[in-house]
Amino acid sequence: MKTIDARGAACPEPVVMTRNALRSNESSYKVLVDSANAKENVSRFAKSQGYSVTVSEEDETFAIILSK
Amino acid sequence: MNQKKETLTIIIAGFIIGTVASLLVFFGNSKNMGFCIACFIRDTSGAIGLHRAAPVQYIRPEIIGIVLSSFILASAAKEFKPRGGSSPMTRFILGFFVIIGGLMFLGCPFRMIVRLAGGDLNAIFGVIGFAAGILSGVYFLNKGYSLKRTYKLSMTEGLIFPVIQVVLFILLVSAPAFIFFTEAGGGPGGAHAPILISLAAGLIVGALAQRTRLCMVGGIRDIVLFKDGKLLSGFIAIFVSALATNLILSATTDVSFFKLSLAEQPVAHTDGLWNALGMYLVGFAGALLGGCPLRQLILAGEGNTDSAVTIVGLIVGAAFAHNFGLASSPAGPTLNGQIAVVIGICVSVIIAYMNTFRNSEK
Repeated sequence: MKTIDARGAACPEPVVMTRNALRSNESSYKVLVDSANAKENVSRFAKSQGYSVTVSEEDETFAIILSK
Repeated sequence: MNQKKETLTIIIAGFIIGTVASLLVFFGNSKNMGFCIACFIRDTSGAIGLHRAAPVQYIRPEIIGIVLSSFILASAAKEFKPRGGSSPMTRFILGFFVIIGGLMFLGCPFRMIVRLAGGDLNAIFGVIGFAAGILSGVYFLNKGYSLKRTYKLSMTEGLIFPVIQVVLFILLVSAPAFIFFTEAGGGPGGAHAPILISLAAGLIVGALAQRTRLCMVGGIRDIVLFKDGKLLSGFIAIFVSALATNLILSATTDVSFFKLSLAEQPVAHTDGLWNALGMYLVGFAGALLGGCPLRQLILAGEGNTDSAVTIVGLIVGAAFAHNFGLASSPAGPTLNGQIAVVIGICVSVIIAYMNTFRNSEK
């Protein structure tokens, strides 16, 4: 599974990074972010691209798992 | 929240915000200026004497309300996280030029919508320039533009900006002699709703904007970048409800809140080219900052000190605009202002280029 580390990236970069990574068209990705804004934005974008999204939180980091 | 629910929520929030904006004019704010982050920051900048333009000096409670509301809600939701360090000086400069562009047009993106809702057709030129500016920013975002990451900071650092708002509110209420207030009838700064109504309006708008992440720059940007219409639908809702409220108020009171024309609009000028170029600068620099002035206030309330520095850039820019005759007036733009806007566009291009193609970390 490909990991995209977008921790610390300011809006809208986490979504841009996710979008660029999704171009490799794999079945699952892991996106790391550290703000509620980024978590929501990345989740919303991933869903619009047809991925199912699960989020887990640990130590102020959200791990967003995208899978198709 | 799923996507449809998020969009519905932001539309409802937009309706409430648009209504609040129009009601503020009813309660005393300047016409078509129920809300204007750029104008309000300029007034506050003047009130603390950073510029001495007598018609535009007042500590605006709306700004205080927006920041404190965001701070309180973010704290309650455990979203208050002091962060910063993502190119603060660059953000200061971009903030500086956002308000130079805004004061060329005479309004921030929020007031642009409010002006449209009041029938001010000059705002159409603003919208065209604004959208073009955001497209310029999106070009660089697509090529990898980044102001680098933010870092976790101390609680004290994050609290400073919200505390400053409390201090400003105390200065507003106690009105010591060293604070400048435009006299009633002396200009836009003298036209304002009662303090508590303005504060309440700020708290309501701040709360809704914090929860929905409402952002005008983001609205157009997300459509182009991600084909995501959520944020834009919020601003369309603001336009519709502000327009409806203006028409209802015009029909039920003796005062007119709507006039469809180019000429003789309140606190506006009719120079289409410079209205467009001013908002082009706001859109471009705003896209490079990642958000419009309203969004920067919300983020600053959430502990983002990069956004707080951006607001300081707006305050200093507003002071420059009035100290050096850069701000437009109903008579039109000034030559100094035109030069400043062109410089601002050039600086934005350089910042965008350097942070896209000369990105040594990548």
